[in-house]
Amino acid sequence: MEAPAAAPPPALALHDVSKRYGRRWALARLSYTLPQGRSLLLTGHNGSGKTTLLRLVATALSPTHGRVEVRGNDCVTQRDTVRREVALLSHASFLYEDLTAHQNLVVLARLLGMDAPADVAGELLLKVGLTKRSDSPVRQFSAGMRKRLAIARLLMKAPGVALLDEPFGELDPSGIQAMEKIIRELKDSGVTVVLATHLVEQGQALCEERLHLQEGRAVAA
Amino acid sequence: MSDVMKTVLQVLSAAAALTSVFLGAWLGRKWAPPGSRYNARPVLLGMTAAALGLLALGNYLGLVWTPPEREMGDVYRIIYVHVPAMWMAMLALTVNFACCVGYLLQSSWKTDALAESTAEVGLLFGGYGLVLGAIWGKPTWGTYWDWDPRLTAMAIMLVTYVAYMALRRFVEDPEKRAVWSSVVGIISFVNLPIVWFSVKWWRSLHQVQSTPKTVDPDMTLALRVNAWATLILLTLFLLHRYRIALATREAEVALPEALPTDVPGPRDNHASEVA
Amino acid sequence: MRRGRPISLLKTVGVLLAKDLLIEWRTRARLNALIFFALATLLLFSFAVGPDTKVLARNAGGYLWLALLFASVLALGESFRVEQENLTLDGLRLAPADARAIFLSKALGNALLLMLLGALLIPVMVALYGVDVAMGVGPFAATVTLGCMAISAPGTVYSAIASNARARDVLLPLLLFPLIIPALLAAAKATSLVLQGDPMNQLGSWFGLLIGFNLIYWGLGFLLFPRVIED
Repeated sequence: MEAPAAAPPPALALHDVSKRYGRRWALARLSYTLPQGRSLLLTGHNGSGKTTLLRLVATALSPTHGRVEVRGNDCVTQRDTVRREVALLSHASFLYEDLTAHQNLVVLARLLGMDAPADVAGELLLKVGLTKRSDSPVRQFSAGMRKRLAIARLLMKAPGVALLDEPFGELDPSGIQAMEKIIRELKDSGVTVVLATHLVEQGQALCEERLHLQEGRAVAA
Repeated sequence: MSDVMKTVLQVLSAAAALTSVFLGAWLGRKWAPPGSRYNARPVLLGMTAAALGLLALGNYLGLVWTPPEREMGDVYRIIYVHVPAMWMAMLALTVNFACCVGYLLQSSWKTDALAESTAEVGLLFGGYGLVLGAIWGKPTWGTYWDWDPRLTAMAIMLVTYVAYMALRRFVEDPEKRAVWSSVVGIISFVNLPIVWFSVKWWRSLHQVQSTPKTVDPDMTLALRVNAWATLILLTLFLLHRYRIALATREAEVALPEALPTDVPGPRDNHASEVA
Repeated sequence: MRRGRPISLLKTVGVLLAKDLLIEWRTRARLNALIFFALATLLLFSFAVGPDTKVLARNAGGYLWLALLFASVLALGESFRVEQENLTLDGLRLAPADARAIFLSKALGNALLLMLLGALLIPVMVALYGVDVAMGVGPFAATVTLGCMAISAPGTVYSAIASNARARDVLLPLLLFPLIIPALLAAAKATSLVLQGDPMNQLGSWFGLLIGFNLIYWGLGFLLFPRVIED
């Protein structure tokens, strides 16, 4: 039988994925396919497995069983390829408290092998509205400012798949609006967005697909 | 005792010990996994009897039959327990190293359980041997501790593996614990020869190692019988400890490595209540 | 948005090392505290042993390395505590930065820090213990470099492990101290020879031993560290 000609691999594919912590299954035999060009909303209560799923796709964790694929690349065997493809905005900001906002971004720009790290960092700080505070250490930042800096970090990677874990948390209403704008821009530029949030209304306005998790399993919302 | 008799003794004790190791490995597969219904009692009793019998024989040979040593007199007879204990400690820790490497290449709870049991039993024999060594030191050197290179290296080895066991206790996530303790186990084992050489250089007053060449052939026989007996003991200890380790893993991660839907756990009941 | 090109292992090491040194510089109050801790340790040895300058001078090599060892536990613990705040170690892994580069940069950074401490402690030892550096600065620098590197490579691996375990403050020295006894012996002996002169020409063999330890520890760390921090 002939294979179907060059259909683009799905943006995200979960094949019977389970993740165990001790005796507890954070994800239990989850299978799901997200086609290219669509965005996914992850919903569910605390502890339903949203964060675990995002961390699996980001390759911060490996699945106990099953396979996770991002654009046809396996998250375990082709870890480095996937890491260049995805960016994670997580609860933890990945920011060095003792470095300034600018220095934090420059370190990442250098790791990504960019040509003018300082300029790239400056542009992004402008974009997230932190130019005034660019030389303050992160330790002095409020939760909302950290979130914005973390978004700048995510944007710097120019990911193909953006994994957003509670992006609206700790933001004021104007911050939520700004975040929505950034997510729309990401989507318009062809980025696959996977969004985990408790704010179902905002999320559904942004994403075409929805996956509701309960106790690590996919259920109808 | 005639030469034929001695040969027979050597062969019999070796055969008993090697059979026990083989049986131990077999029971490790059949009887040790949790939920096994295999009746191991007769085999275990047989192995215990063989160990005790050989130990009694070995100690008779060591304490009564062999002649006293030229310089140390009767004091030297402690080697019949001291040296086998140390050999078994080294053997157990070598197996531990193999398990650590094996786990990093191909993760399996059995390898992890065996690593845990070999470290603990190795530590037991090593500690026992070290105490015996210190007791031996009192009449020979006039003090329990003389910074003898071998004793010092052994003491360092014991502390290293106490740290390994402590690490295992301090990490709750079983997967992380298995990986990290494998890393620590490999580094600790590679470090042993390094410790040995540096301590020897540091203290260049060392005795010649007690290989069979440097002692009377009758002493060799007694030492060998004791060593084989201790090997059976080691196998028994390892077998029991391995069984406990597997049961602990079972309690932690639900062996065999079943998928969630295969184990009806509390979560499934809860899910059906909600639905 | 611009995208970069993947960078080589060595370049990654450079970027990460620069980042660690920058953090160290920006938190120099912590660095100062570490230096004074090591100095206080040296001072305490003289109180513990008594005011006999001869004894102090004879054992100076040992005291120097004990002071460095105690300080190294604090420095090593700190180097991964920094990465635990906000899970920045995950941030590096996912950036992506090669785990082996993370090992090399951390181990080099810790070795540099310890070497700096060693350089600061020697004048204090000259003053407190009345030692003189008989063989000159070159051999002393070589001893400190080799010894600090031999501590920092296994120390980095163990610190990464201990920082995630319970009772990490106890676990790190418990894991590290027995392991580096050989390195400590060799470094202390070599230092004694450097301070008091080397009539029997033994220094070379202690250096050889230290170089051997370094090759083994750095090689093992390079191979095993990825397994420690990757899931």
